[in-house]
Order: sequence, then structure tokens, then C-alpha cells
Amino acid sequence: MVANIGFGTLLITLIVALYGIAAAIYGQKSQHERWVNSARQAMALMFPLLTVPVLSLLYLLVTHQYQVAYVSEVTSRSMPFYLKLTALWGGQSGSLVFWSWLLAAFATAITLRDWGRDREFLPWVIIVILVTLLFFLSLNVFFENPFSRYWQTSTGIVQAFARPEGAVPFVPRDGQGLNPLLRHPGMIFHPPLLYLGFVSFIIPYAFAVAALVTGRTDDRWIRLTRRWTLWAWLFLSLGLILGARWAYDVLGWGGYWGWDPVEISAFMPWLTGTAFLHSVMIQEKKDMFKRWNLVLIILTFDLVVFGTFLTRSGVLSSVHAFAQSAIGPLFFVFIALTFGISLGLLLSRWKDLESKNELHSLFSREALFLLNNLLFLGIFVTTLWGILFPLISEIVTGQKVTVGPPFYERATGPLFAGLLLLMGIAPLTAWTYSSLKKWGRAVWKPLVFSMLTFPALYIAGITGWQGVLGFWLVGFVFAVTAYEFWRGAAARIKAHGENVFTAFYSLVKKNRRRYGGYIVHMGVIFMALGVIGIEMRQVETQGTIPEGGSLSLKEYSITYKDLVSFDTHDGRNVTRAVVGVTRSGEELAEIYPRRDYFYDANQPMTIPGVKSTLAGDLYVILVDWREISEAGATFKIYYNPLVNWLWIGGWVFIVGILVAAWPENELDRVQKVSSPLIKRKR
Amino acid sequence: MKNHIHLGIWVFLVLLVLVMLYPSRGFAQEPTPPDDEVNAIAKQLYCPVCENTPLDACRTSACEQWRGLIREKLQQGWTEEEIKVYFVAEYGDRVLAEPPKRGFNWLVYLVPPLAFLAGAYALYRGFTKWRISRSPSRPDSREVPEDEVGIEKEYISRVEKELENR
Repeated sequence: MVANIGFGTLLITLIVALYGIAAAIYGQKSQHERWVNSARQAMALMFPLLTVPVLSLLYLLVTHQYQVAYVSEVTSRSMPFYLKLTALWGGQSGSLVFWSWLLAAFATAITLRDWGRDREFLPWVIIVILVTLLFFLSLNVFFENPFSRYWQTSTGIVQAFARPEGAVPFVPRDGQGLNPLLRHPGMIFHPPLLYLGFVSFIIPYAFAVAALVTGRTDDRWIRLTRRWTLWAWLFLSLGLILGARWAYDVLGWGGYWGWDPVEISAFMPWLTGTAFLHSVMIQEKKDMFKRWNLVLIILTFDLVVFGTFLTRSGVLSSVHAFAQSAIGPLFFVFIALTFGISLGLLLSRWKDLESKNELHSLFSREALFLLNNLLFLGIFVTTLWGILFPLISEIVTGQKVTVGPPFYERATGPLFAGLLLLMGIAPLTAWTYSSLKKWGRAVWKPLVFSMLTFPALYIAGITGWQGVLGFWLVGFVFAVTAYEFWRGAAARIKAHGENVFTAFYSLVKKNRRRYGGYIVHMGVIFMALGVIGIEMRQVETQGTIPEGGSLSLKEYSITYKDLVSFDTHDGRNVTRAVVGVTRSGEELAEIYPRRDYFYDANQPMTIPGVKSTLAGDLYVILVDWREISEAGATFKIYYNPLVNWLWIGGWVFIVGILVAAWPENELDRVQKVSSPLIKRKR
Repeated sequence: MKNHIHLGIWVFLVLLVLVMLYPSRGFAQEPTPPDDEVNAIAKQLYCPVCENTPLDACRTSACEQWRGLIREKLQQGWTEEEIKVYFVAEYGDRVLAEPPKRGFNWLVYLVPPLAFLAGAYALYRGFTKWRISRSPSRPDSREVPEDEVGIEKEYISRVEKELENR
């Protein structure tokens, strides 16, 4: 019954979406406003309508309706309640419904805005969003039905939504349970945020297409979607950071980022999206690079779909899996069509999109922004090539190859370093034209400050050129960013007599976009500190020690104290070691690395024991253990220097985006708009 | 001086590409306990089943057997290179963390830097074209707003632009 309601509403949503597209097209063609309004109402219905199948599926998941194949595949009786809820996005068909539901939320939200001055965009925004939604809904309705059920027929058990003739329902006694790797609190937030990031980039894309079709190619579409883009970026960034944290906590290999194609497929739209965020500033300030911004947003949209395609089609494991997957070729066609049509539209407006201004100097803020875009795109091309090459090799030579972390680290490392350097140079460079003299006057103080990193590195014993360069860059960009804050605050103190705190507060409040951006830069610096620390200075050792025995790494030593094994009420067998940590002989902590074995999924999971400080993490994994009589266990120890700065930086980064993206209250806006004008009239 | 700036930017770009081609750091050959020796080799290998998980971190029994095999070969006095060659002969190039640098595989290494250089060249060409077409008058250099007055000026121009767009 509930499954019928769920699927029925899914089908109705698909039909309403189809109607909305048709009504928008007709309304636009015939210039009948009421048809466009009708399409708008159809789009407004998307979220409430899709909430029904989502709630139906959640109900089925938490009430153990194992006749429904999806429920049986991703839940089991022993799983805790919250994991049964998160199982909504724990499998293919559920995550596609969830994707559509989030997009529907944005679709509905966008209909509610005041369209007064941008009426001409409306039908095209509706068409773009609803076509995308229609595509994802049709995947669920025709190929990946989350409400499909098991039936017992004379030939065996089959999976179908409608009862096959002569079949009786088949209800498994228990489900197979969620993939153990997904049974982690990080998994509650990571996929939804990533998906939110994905779907919210569709909004600026829809406006970009609307601008291209209507010929309103000024920066209106960018201004309208600036905040949406920032929120999209926030969600995607948060999704990536939480994903990294989850990998660090759950995957048990001492790292946070493995350059896995699934990770990369979420990282690619972030790269182009970040390039877009920077490059739109030039269009707003200087009315330049209009074409380039459109290229970037089209690319970001298609990378969002491409990312979903990569992870959902099976193409990453083999081209053969792609051929066997029902939805793989459809994704391919959708991406090719949207990319082709968008580029076609862009070319048709090519002349209208000519820049009004010209780039005057290579040494200007806008030129450096272009260089920033080149670096982001360089990283993007490298990562895209890295995940595509194994498939190309398989097609051309018949041989699969692995393109692993060493390739990505070597190829993208210098580009990331280049980006860091630009973060230090660009904020001090003027728009239009900078002279070396003036730039030098602005940069010398932070540059001198950054020189302090050299003795600090010498004392810390860091001598390799890559490490020295990396840490110096971090120091330099930190100094520049802090100096920018200080310059602004000092000016306020001088002009208004404010105290330091008020000066900082009102500085950020008055220009939240700029200073929010600097806070983001500060977050990136901290993150870079963590990345450089772990990538260049991580050390590890592994050894088997008897109970009471010790294993050392650097100045740390672990002592194997005890090992216990027990069953939990949620269907796990936990083997937990008790390990003492000392540093230079001084007792520091007791940690508990463990191995969880999930009975339902027949899979183990390694959870590290971590002693965490700002200087670094001692990360201990229980690799193996012998029977008690032999009394020995194998531990792997990693020392991950500075890794916590990665997470701290992540939060600072998020705060920065929030500062820049948070809606201004009306009073602030009025004050901002009126005060300079009033002063000017005097 | 502009020529110097151009030259500086080109040197920066070429250096970036050179650094991209610089070989990654090798593994330390310090005396280590046997597990560490096994892991140092296992880290560079990928089993065909557990995609994208290096052998030293993979917890499946198949990978455990592979690590056992590495240990065995080490005990027999095989070198790191010999062991890697053995695994490649048995299971193909995909066991290596990176495609071996030969034949078709060269593409994986050459495309990113070439694409980057092509992008840089396109940017440079675009820039010179812009400069040729621009008006002869030299733009006024404008400093980053250094004080509150500067910030206010920025607001005025932005507000005016906002109003124009309305």
C-alpha cells in the first residue's frame, strides 16, 4: 500500500514536471502569461509532491518492509533507527530519489522568489530545472524503482513493482543491512550535503541558460544567483570536508583523501565552481569574461551530472559495467545533450557577449584571477584525465591500468602551490593596473613576516625543499590575509575612533563579501597546513607485539594492554584493543583501536584509536590479533603531523562562506545604499 | 618593465610544468621491521579486486595473502623491483599505482602539462589581442583602497552600478 502511494506519487510528479515544461514552452512561445504562471505552479508543486515518495520510502525503511527490494538491500532489523533513515541514500535507487527531492526543494524555493523584474527569465529557468528533474525522476520511474518488490513465482524469486501473474509476495525474514562503511555518523551529513551542493549549482546554470536564450547577457543572471552559488559552494565544500573526515575516521588507512575516482567526481564540480566564483567577480567589477563565466557554469552543471553518472553508472569499475548498466547510457546522452545545447546557445550569443572593457595589464587583479582560473582548470583537467585514462586504456589497448595517488599528487601539487601563491599576491594587487613599486609597498611587510617561517622550519628540522616552500607559502598567505584585515581595521580605528574589536566587526559587516572571502582564504591556509603536514611528514610503522609489549614511532610509544571481544545489540562483533600511549616516556592517553565485524553484511570495519593534538595525531589501527594463548596483536601506527589544522581550516572556511553568503537584513542594505549617496549630495 | 612581468609570468608557468614532471619522492630505505618492509612495497601495489585501495591498507583476505606473498619473496631475498615485476607479470599493469611509462601510457603523463601549457598560451594570446585592440590611453592606476575613504568610494561606485542595473 505505502509502496503504491510512493510509486504513484513519483509517477504523478513526473507527469506534472512534464506538464510544467510543456506549459512553460507554450507560454513563452505564445506570450501567454497564465501558461507561464501555470508552469511556475507546477514547479512549486515539485517539493510537496516528491516529499510523498520520500516519506513512503522512509516509512518502509523503518518498519522493516523487506518485501520491498530496496528496503531489504539497505536495512536489517538490528540496525539502529537513525541508520534506517540514512539508508534512504545508502543505495542506488534511494539516493536517486533523494537527489530529485533535494532538487525539488530548490525548484520550489526558486518559484517563491519575487520574479517582478526578471519575468523574462522565468519560463527558461523552469524549463532547465524541470528537464533536469524530469531526467532524474525518469531514472527512478523506469529503471531504478525504489518501490520494486520481491515476488515468488514458479521459476523462483523475481523483482518487480507489479505482481507478476500467479506470483505471491516474497518477504525475506531480515534485510542484508547497510554497507558497514556507511554506518557512521559522518554518513548522516556527508551525502546530503554533497547532493545539496550538486543540485544547488543547477540554479545558477538555469539562470545562465535563461540569460543566453533571452539575450539578456549583462551580469544580471550573475547578480541574481550570486548567493545561490555561494550556498551551492558551501554545501559542496562541507560535503567534501565531511567526506574527508569520514574517510579519516572510518576507512582506517591513516589518510583523508585517496584520490579515488568517486572522490574526484565530487571534487571536479567544486574546482570549476570555485573558478566560477572568482571569475564572476571580474564580470561584476569590470564587465569582462562574460563568455568564460558561462563556460564555467555550463561545465560545473555538467560535471555535477557527470559526477552522479560516474558513481551511479558503474563505469568507474569497467567500461563493461557501463554497457551493462541501464542508466549509464542515459546519463551519457543527457550530459551530451545538455552540454551540446548549452554550448550551442553560447556560440549563438558569442558576439553579444563581447567584453566592454579590456585587460590592460598582466599585473592586475583581473589578470591574476584569470591565472587563478587557469590553475583551477589545470587541476580539473588533470583529475578528469586521471579518472578517464584507465577507461580509455581499456578501450584502446584492452588493458586496465591504475592511476593512483602518486600521479595526482605530482601533477596537481605544483598547481595547488601556484594557487596558494596567488592567494598571497592577488589581494594586494589593484584592479586594472598595478605597478611593481606600489605592489612592493603593500607586500613588503607580510613578506618580511613570512620570512619568520624559515628559522621556525629550521628549528623543527624541516629541510626538504618541498616542505620548506609549502610552509613558507602558508606563512606568506597568512601574513597577507591578516595584513588585509589589519589595514582595514586600522583605517576604521583612525577614521571612527572605534576599538579594535568593533573595528574588525564593522569592517567585516560592511563588506562581507570581501572579508568573508578572506576568512575563506584563512581557512584554506589552515587546511594547507594540515595537507602539507600529513602529505610530506607522515610516518608509519607496523609490528606485532605481545600483551604488555610496546611499539615505537618517533618519540611516541604504544603499549598493548588488553584485548576484548563482545557482541553489540546492533549486530556487530567488536574486537577492541586497549592501548596506552606515551610520549618520550610520559604517559599521554589510553586509546581503543577496534575492528567491528557486521554479521548481516558479513564485512569487517577498522576503526582507529587516535590521540589527537594540534601538533599531530597518533593514529593506531588494530590490524590483526592472535588467540589469547599466543597473546599477540598487530598494530599499525601513523603519525599524522598537523592534520587537525585540516579540520579547523575546514570550519574556518565554512564560516567564511557563511559570512559572505548570509542574507543581509533590510536595514543594513538601506544604510549601505543610502549613506554614500547622502554624503555625495552634500 | 612590462616585458619583465611577462617574462616573470612565463618563467612561473614553465617552472610549474617542470615541477609537475618532477619524479615523486621515493621510499626511505632505512632499516625497518619486516612489516614495514612489506608495507613499503604493498603501498605501491593495488590488487585487481579492491579497486583504488593500496595493498598495505586493504583489509580483505585476498590482500592479506598478497602481503604474505610479498613477505615470502622478501624472505627469499627478492628485491623490491623484482617483486613488483613479479606482480605485474602475474596480474598485469593495473597492480601498479601508476601506469608504466611506455607506449600508450605516456599520454597519461603528457596530457595534463600540455593542456596546461595550451591553456596558458591561449590566455597569453588572448591578452596580447586585448592589448592590441585597446585604446592607446594608459589606464589610471588605482590602488587598493587603503582606508575608509577608499572603501566608501568602492561602495559609491558599486551602488551606482547597482542602480544602473535596476
